[in-house]
Amino acid sequence: MDRIPILKLRDLLLVTIQVDMHDRLAMQLQDELTARISETSARGVLIDISSLDIVDSFIGRMIANIAAMARVLDAQTVVVGMQPAVAITLVELGLTLPGVRTALNVDRGMALLELSSDQTAAPRERDANVSD
Amino acid sequence: MSAATDSALPRILKTYEAELLEDWITEQMATFSRASKIRESELRAQSAEFLSLLQQATQSGSSSDVTSPAFGRVRDMLGDISRSRSIQGFSPSETAMFVFSMKRPLFARIRKELSNDVDGLANTTWAATEMLDKLGLITTEAYQKSRESVIARQQQELLELSTPVVKLWDGILALPMIGTLDSARTQVVMESLLQRIVETGAEIAIIDITGVPTVDTLTAQHLIKTVTAARLMGADCIISGIRPQIAQTIVHLGVDLSTVITKATLADAFRRALEMTGQRDKVGRARS
Repeated sequence: MDRIPILKLRDLLLVTIQVDMHDRLAMQLQDELTARISETSARGVLIDISSLDIVDSFIGRMIANIAAMARVLDAQTVVVGMQPAVAITLVELGLTLPGVRTALNVDRGMALLELSSDQTAAPRERDANVSD
Repeated sequence: MSAATDSALPRILKTYEAELLEDWITEQMATFSRASKIRESELRAQSAEFLSLLQQATQSGSSSDVTSPAFGRVRDMLGDISRSRSIQGFSPSETAMFVFSMKRPLFARIRKELSNDVDGLANTTWAATEMLDKLGLITTEAYQKSRESVIARQQQELLELSTPVVKLWDGILALPMIGTLDSARTQVVMESLLQRIVETGAEIAIIDITGVPTVDTLTAQHLIKTVTAARLMGADCIISGIRPQIAQTIVHLGVDLSTVITKATLADAFRRALEMTGQRDKVGRARS
């Protein structure tokens, strides 16, 4: 059985999805990640999906859900490295991931998280409530 | 069709080859007299070659079946002529006249040769007209095909031409859109923009719609989709070049562009993009 590794980097958690996401794996990731966030009281979560080239509506919703859950647990979530095909698919499915922050790569995502943890008073929210 | 009529046509073609050629060229020159897009020497060479090929073909096979292997070289030559004429700007009827103008000289020779044989005359005339009509159709088909290939190539070129993604500065891409935005074009635009974002690692993409003549709800939705897809990948989009009329239309249509940064000109958008990336650079330096 595949497992998606969750790495701890200082006060961040790094999740790199390198296998094909199937539904069971996504559910499992959701369980483990929420457990790790509360365990380590992480301030931020980076989800690297640069190796993911196929998404369906379920996986898209899982990504949105994981981000929302992390936010409830007071951890900022950044989804990084989305492939063009995946972005187009999600938009066509109407899953615009409102409220989820995005970055081009892990480096930028890390900078974004550090920036927002510097400004803890008012984290810069990239408004993304696109209605189409 | 009897063997006698089958042999009459090749015989006539061979006997009167020189005469036929002269008359035929005169006929052709009469058709093109207004606009001589082709030189007489070239026409003469083409006609002479065609006539000799046709004579060989009719000798080795039945004249009624132009799809037979015997007519292979005739068909190839007609195809070449039609293609070159469609490129030179001849109309389809002018191209087909190359074959059809042969009828009058040929029929005159047939009548002269077979004036005593009424049945033979009718049969040979029918065989000749059938053959020439089919060859004429071949020229029209070849003409049509070459035109279609030109149109297909131009469409492809237009599609590629109309979607350049330009790098303006480190981390800033510009996409000047020109022409009407339909679904197929938007798909190409979106894909090329997202691909370039991945390649260059750009943080900001400026979509300039100065060259888009009209914006309707569909166009606006395509734009919003592109912006959203870019955001999912971690790049911000600025839409620039919104003309006053288009701004009015967008508001009248009730399209909500409030989630997208919009600027009046590309220059404004570029300044804003520099501010946005400059801000990030400063933060980066302060931390290191």
